Amino acid sequence: MTGFAPHREYTDRLGTGSVPYQTCDGCLSAVFPPRVICPRCGATELRWSESAGLGTVYSISVISPRDALPYPVVLVDLDEGFRMMSTVVEIPAEDVRIGARVRARVDQDGPSGPRVVFAAEGRSEGES
Amino acid sequence: MSLPDLRGATAIVGVAESDLGEVGPDRYAIELAAQAAGAALAEAGLNTRDVDGLFCAIAGRGMAPLDVAEYLGVRPRYTDGTMVGGSSFISHLHHAALAITTGACDVALIVYGSTARSDSGRGRLPSGPPELPSYEAAYRPRMPITGYALAAARHMHQYGTTRTHLAEVAVAARRWAALNPKAFVRDPLTIDEVLASRIVSSPLSSLDCCLVTDGGGAVVVTSAERARDLPRPPVYLLGAGEAHWHRTISQMPDLTVTAATESSTRAYAMAGVGPRDVDGVQLYDAFTINTILFLEDLGFCAKGEGGDFVSGGRIAPGGALPVNTNGGGLSYCHPGMYGIFPLIEATRQIRGEAGERQQPGVSIALTHGNGGQLSSQVTAILGGQETL
Repeated sequence: MTGFAPHREYTDRLGTGSVPYQTCDGCLSAVFPPRVICPRCGATELRWSESAGLGTVYSISVISPRDALPYPVVLVDLDEGFRMMSTVVEIPAEDVRIGARVRARVDQDGPSGPRVVFAAEGRSEGES
Repeated sequence: MSLPDLRGATAIVGVAESDLGEVGPDRYAIELAAQAAGAALAEAGLNTRDVDGLFCAIAGRGMAPLDVAEYLGVRPRYTDGTMVGGSSFISHLHHAALAITTGACDVALIVYGSTARSDSGRGRLPSGPPELPSYEAAYRPRMPITGYALAAARHMHQYGTTRTHLAEVAVAARRWAALNPKAFVRDPLTIDEVLASRIVSSPLSSLDCCLVTDGGGAVVVTSAERARDLPRPPVYLLGAGEAHWHRTISQMPDLTVTAATESSTRAYAMAGVGPRDVDGVQLYDAFTINTILFLEDLGFCAKGEGGDFVSGGRIAPGGALPVNTNGGGLSYCHPGMYGIFPLIEATRQIRGEAGERQQPGVSIALTHGNGGQLSSQVTAILGGQETL
């Protein structure tokens, strides 16, 4: 029955340290967030894959709470062809740039369980 | 079977707001909705017994049409509770036109009420289990502002749009609000004040955000034929279009291009007009970036040029293109969902009833609703008798 409980399958896989996503057997597109039908072609055969975790920051907003440190919220385009919301860790929030290359890891101690986070990965796109 | 020809087939015959701003702790959303409904029907020369089509959406209330019908004593034969966030009411106008034109109802009441401002701090905010697991919540975005901030950041990156451009939108809205006695905030506002205000979710500051107010609104729609016998000059629906491509911001394909490109194309095609024919524009300005994105996507300027377009007071009083002449969600009123108010203002501008902020010779007005996080987009084009 796991095919019909994709969110559970996703969180189980995250728990093992993998960055899971689905691919469609029909149109070969990457599918994220997890679901039971391909949003591009309507096929119902979706296969689980593991992302290599490399991506590019598509956009960023730094949130400045009144009583806590600022933190970045980013949208990352993974190289496999899907986009996810995440955050960038290990560098100051204001240093995160659109176009920066980032690498995923699973933060097992996220506020609501395991979550994917990103760290800066070498040079930014467009820099030489 | 093809769709009926909607152009000019139906008309708005009554509009009203309820009390706006902060109405106090002892009042309820449905009371504001009903207050607006009574006033809009009275303006139309009708009453609740004439209403046979009911269109409403209230945030957090899944059966709003049932609540409102019982409260008003309406027994509709056609009901539409379409809930697409703040764009719902312009969507309702489109649906009402279809229902009236096909004979499903004769007098449509579109109605909304909210005590969003008075609710904060008295524990009356609706809550419940999420409909879907969230793939965003773990990153603590401040929704909805972060969704719009991500779009603004991307627009700035791609097109060189600046925070000063965003501030121009807030200042223009405030200048219009100064001309509207019903606007919640009317004090003068400068670009520098917007730039100096606290960044909440970069690049958006507190003054890039809409108000949170109480308020209700109502719009009465009937056939063009019946409208001619009613007291107020009919304001005809010339064209309408709807589109949505995503729900959560992480699934928006291109954060600089909204589905308003598609909704407006449909509305212009039905109306047989283009952006150059539009005399006044009422947009859903929940955040300053909205106005820039929508002016581009509705065809008033090219993609990426919205920042320059709004500069120098072009959309402010005295500018070449009047936008959000009531002061908008930024300075006039924003009770959770704003979409019924641009519809009310567009109607008043066409009727020439907008008081000190009235624009000369408004024949064709465009009104645009937005829902979710740049998600649902609905465009309507309204016109006076001379546009038929």
